[in-house]
Amino acid sequence: MLRVRDLHAFYGKSHILQGVSFDVRPGEIVSLLGRNGVGRSTTIKAIMGDVPPRGSIIFRSEEIVGLRPHEIARRGLGYVPENRDIFPGLTVRENLILGMKSTKQTGRWSFEDMFEMFPLLRERADTMGGVLSGGEQQMLTICRTLMGDPDLIMIDEPTEGLAPKMVDLVAGLLEQIARRGISILLVEQKLTIALRIGTRLYVMGHGRIVFEGTPDDLKANAAVRKEWLEV
Amino acid sequence: MLELVIFSTLNGVVYGLLLFMLSSGLTLIFSMMGVLNFAHASMFMLGAYFSYQVGKLVGFWPALVLAPLLVGLIGAGVERYGLRHVHRHGHVPELLFTFGLAYLIEEIVVMGWGRNPIENRVPATLDFPLFTLFTTSYPAYKAFMMAVSIGMFVALYLVLKRTRIGLIIQAALTHPSTVAMLGHNVPQVFMRVFAAGTALAALAGVIGGFALLTTPNMAAALGPIVFVVVVIGGLGSLGGALIASLAIGIMQTFAVALDVSLLDLLRHAGVAIGRESALFELASIKIAQAAPMIPYVLLVLMLIVRPKGLLGTRET
Ligand SMILES: Nc1ncnc2c1ncn2[C@@H]1O[C@H](COP(=O)(O)OP(=O)(O)OP(=O)(O)O)[C@@H](O)[C@H]1O
Ligand SMILES: [Mg+2]
Repeated sequence: MLRVRDLHAFYGKSHILQGVSFDVRPGEIVSLLGRNGVGRSTTIKAIMGDVPPRGSIIFRSEEIVGLRPHEIARRGLGYVPENRDIFPGLTVRENLILGMKSTKQTGRWSFEDMFEMFPLLRERADTMGGVLSGGEQQMLTICRTLMGDPDLIMIDEPTEGLAPKMVDLVAGLLEQIARRGISILLVEQKLTIALRIGTRLYVMGHGRIVFEGTPDDLKANAAVRKEWLEV
Repeated sequence: MLELVIFSTLNGVVYGLLLFMLSSGLTLIFSMMGVLNFAHASMFMLGAYFSYQVGKLVGFWPALVLAPLLVGLIGAGVERYGLRHVHRHGHVPELLFTFGLAYLIEEIVVMGWGRNPIENRVPATLDFPLFTLFTTSYPAYKAFMMAVSIGMFVALYLVLKRTRIGLIIQAALTHPSTVAMLGHNVPQVFMRVFAAGTALAALAGVIGGFALLTTPNMAAALGPIVFVVVVIGGLGSLGGALIASLAIGIMQTFAVALDVSLLDLLRHAGVAIGRESALFELASIKIAQAAPMIPYVLLVLMLIVRPKGLLGTRET
């Protein structure tokens, strides 16, 4: 599905990604873990073309390095940015409409699906996105991206700063998304939901992948946890 | 007096709406690119000249539509093949680019139509007095100008607030990269907004061509006032541009109509300034003579008191 090889990225002169390689296979929930500032967000931004990538990124047997962000999105890659980047001056419904890539909704998801998963969004359909709580905004950004009917969705720190109840809700949503056959690349700092719902995981350190395995592998490997994850 | 008030108000509103047709495009383009387009008023001028030329070939009514479309296409080209490339090098080159473009267009117009005013006449179908009140009659073409500007304002509002493309524009103004990553072609949206803003300026030129003299100077004459409107209204704010357009339009029209000086006003109030006073010269300037200063005085005051403008959200 997604095959990243020897990915490099720069901010100005600083070499942030120094040869990242990993895979996401159809239907998998893959987590990308690591401490603050190791380059997890930069990795998905480079895949989306938001930061210029070097190396090879094959998505559904097509090289996407060099394509522009909207072209990459239209090939079926969905991106949920960190910081709940909703459009604050638009209503919940309008935010969802902006997720759609064409006027007609023909994909896997409808407004009804979103509202069923999150009755809260139905109640708030006509309120401005900016007045939602942090957790609600997180739901909205995920739903907005789903409205574009991606085959693979990359989500940047969806549980950051959320109350435990909200974290459970997000985890449940991710599992529902995966059940519909959508692959997920989940960027997280904490292990909590990655160990719970992930099929496989990668740990990043200093712009490189330093560990690859299943959640059980990581649970068994205290050395990796200590060196690359715990603070 | 009542006659003066009524007609000055009507004329002020027509002029204000004309200013709004120009400033709405300018302020939208500013929100997108973060840079004032100095060539905006040149597109207004092109609208007037194109409608004159196209009108000679096919008549006024088709020209009313064709001239703005042609100028809109030019706008699309300017954005796609000019500004978009210059944009990468920062705001100053961009500003200089639009500056150069304004002069270029002026020279092209001089080459094509000469320096003297062209005979851009009101079409016969609109050249009759609509009504007469007291002793003054109101020309039909001014009512037409008003109708076109209001129609355009309603259309612009509906497109921005009620359509999908309007939503994309609104979101892209503040969050361009998020919008792109949802699969929307943001550069293309911006090009279309630029073209539409240019076409609006040209439409203003077509209908403004009757009321103002169509000469190669008209861009340079109106351009600064449009900037003033946009800054006073608040850069990027359509509502602010509307209020500022009408306010400046009405104020300037009234000022021109007032054939009195500070001296006259003071005399009414019982204060007399003698010929020997140092203030005499200053006080005897007629308000009408000072009318062209009004927008700039407002601009300077606004920047001191409230730099972000009436409804603006960012500092200028
Ligand atoms: N726009 C930018 N300009 C310059 N440097 C940046 C920029 N964005 C991020 N960086 C730097 O790149 C490095 C990687 O950032 P990135 O956002 O990928 O980290 P991360 O792993 O997502 O961690 P976190 O989200 O917790 O900050 C950091 O050292 C950061 O300081
Ligand atoms: Mg990050």
